[in-house]
Amino acid sequence: MRVWKFGDDIDTDAIIPGRFLTIYDPKELAKHAFEGTRDDFSKKAKEGDIVVAGRNFGCGSSREHAPLALIGAGVKVVVAQSFARIFFRNAINVGVLPVVCHKTDQIADGAKITLNIRKGIIEADGKKVKIEQVPEFMQGIIDAGGLVEYAKNMKEVPVCTKSHR
Amino acid sequence: MGATIVEKIFSKKCGGDIRAGEVVMAPVDGAMIHDITGPLAIQKFYEMGGSKVFDPKHVIMLFDHQIPADSIPAAENHVYMRKFAAEQQIHNYDINEGVCHQVVLEKGRAAPGEIIVGADSHTCMYGAAGAFATGIGSTDMGFVLKFGALYFKVPGTIRAEVSGKFPKRVGAKDLILSIAADIGADGATYEAIEFAGKTISKLDMAGRMTCCNMAIEMGAKAGIVAPDKITWEYMKGRRKMKSFPLESDDDASFVTKRSYTVSDMEPQVAVPHNVDTGVPVSRVAGTHIDQVFIGSCTNGRFEDLEEAAEVLGRKKFNPKVRVIIIPASRDEYLKTLKAGLIGKFVKAGALVEAPCCGPCMGGAFGLLAPGEVSLSTSNRNFKGRQGSTEGKVYLCSPATAAASAITGIITDPREV
Repeated sequence: MRVWKFGDDIDTDAIIPGRFLTIYDPKELAKHAFEGTRDDFSKKAKEGDIVVAGRNFGCGSSREHAPLALIGAGVKVVVAQSFARIFFRNAINVGVLPVVCHKTDQIADGAKITLNIRKGIIEADGKKVKIEQVPEFMQGIIDAGGLVEYAKNMKEVPVCTKSHR
Repeated sequence: MGATIVEKIFSKKCGGDIRAGEVVMAPVDGAMIHDITGPLAIQKFYEMGGSKVFDPKHVIMLFDHQIPADSIPAAENHVYMRKFAAEQQIHNYDINEGVCHQVVLEKGRAAPGEIIVGADSHTCMYGAAGAFATGIGSTDMGFVLKFGALYFKVPGTIRAEVSGKFPKRVGAKDLILSIAADIGADGATYEAIEFAGKTISKLDMAGRMTCCNMAIEMGAKAGIVAPDKITWEYMKGRRKMKSFPLESDDDASFVTKRSYTVSDMEPQVAVPHNVDTGVPVSRVAGTHIDQVFIGSCTNGRFEDLEEAAEVLGRKKFNPKVRVIIIPASRDEYLKTLKAGLIGKFVKAGALVEAPCCGPCMGGAFGLLAPGEVSLSTSNRNFKGRQGSTEGKVYLCSPATAAASAITGIITDPREV
């Protein structure tokens, strides 16, 4: 598992350009992931690789094609200092885990990486870096394996009930 | 302690005292899908076991990103959505009406106090009508189509208080570009931005839409303006409803309050490749441009096109610049036509297209070749947003766009 390192404000147009939005198949989308931004990604990304970025990852459009393109490329975890709101939710809904880590600057491109969610730690080239917990109310969706699985057997939802403060 | 508009909307909707930071499963008053995000939302709705949408009257469908169909896959998406609309008895505005956000407001499908979701990030524009409106992804939309409700983390509110009178040729777009530069591309993530103050209370609906539209460019979940006389006047004939008071209390808890003065503001331009890079036009004046786009949900209304026409006067557009003008909706197109402006633009050398997202979509038409530069009244200048990742997009107001289209270089609209 290697790290694909990106900077701040990686927007959804960079993850998947607008001209590919008639595609919905993750594998097909993956062929164009980061096209024009980082062309080696679609050719070399492997199952289990992790995208690591700076602030505001996934800003811009609501296009779910962005997390789908990552899934198609085999990336199921994105580690960033912060995420744009819509991307964060989309990612969880489709089964990409967005992990907040304030010290992604200590993780290098190409580093070998392992993730221990339970311990809240990333190990990149032997260096241990702390990660933040996912918000509690999103955990149920993650545990179910995405929003489709979460919602599949529900006939109705508890409208106007509060969850966690 | 008082409450913000957003807290009041959620509290009223759910009957209780709901505060920023709380997570609530709230019913929605409207759900908008278009040709890019709609097909996937429908697919997810079915995968979730959906058979009938929660209420077809509250689902809004239209096509605006790839119209008329620009490829066979786009045409197939349109067919798929039309079939869904017919089966579910959803009113489909199809390719006829224009850009989704403009159409939702024009048709009175968003109103003060409502909660609206749209499978498009610029859904936050409906805050101009005093609604809480936010962009969501397709899977969340599939959930909404099935249940008519969604989990919301109620956002805190950043209050942007604006004072002063706009100088000539300076307006809402210059203001919002300058606010974005101040707050930053992620400075309002998870929060709402309330636009308030004397300048906003005098601002017309078109200008309020421009401001709320771009709240997402600071990461915000929503942009909102407290409904007032101007709002209720706009709602007349669009929605039968009585006006009611809805505003943030003076003692409400805001994340932060920021003050802006427009009296001395210069026209602003956001430089490539981020929206929060706004600078006074004088800093980039003289920059060569290949294409000018006047349109989009941000600035494709009659008021925008009227301002562009005023700047144009009797002049011609520079023949070396491709000038693409797209009214945001059929209504806006007709107003522009009736005022004689369509003919004026065409005679001056512009291409005037039928209402749609146009070059802002970055995949349909009006794309940039490597090395080309676009000056655009839309909302995003990300790398590759309008075609090649080696192209550049600058953002500005309709006045600055028109002035620059005349000279062929980025130009202060007060100088033409």
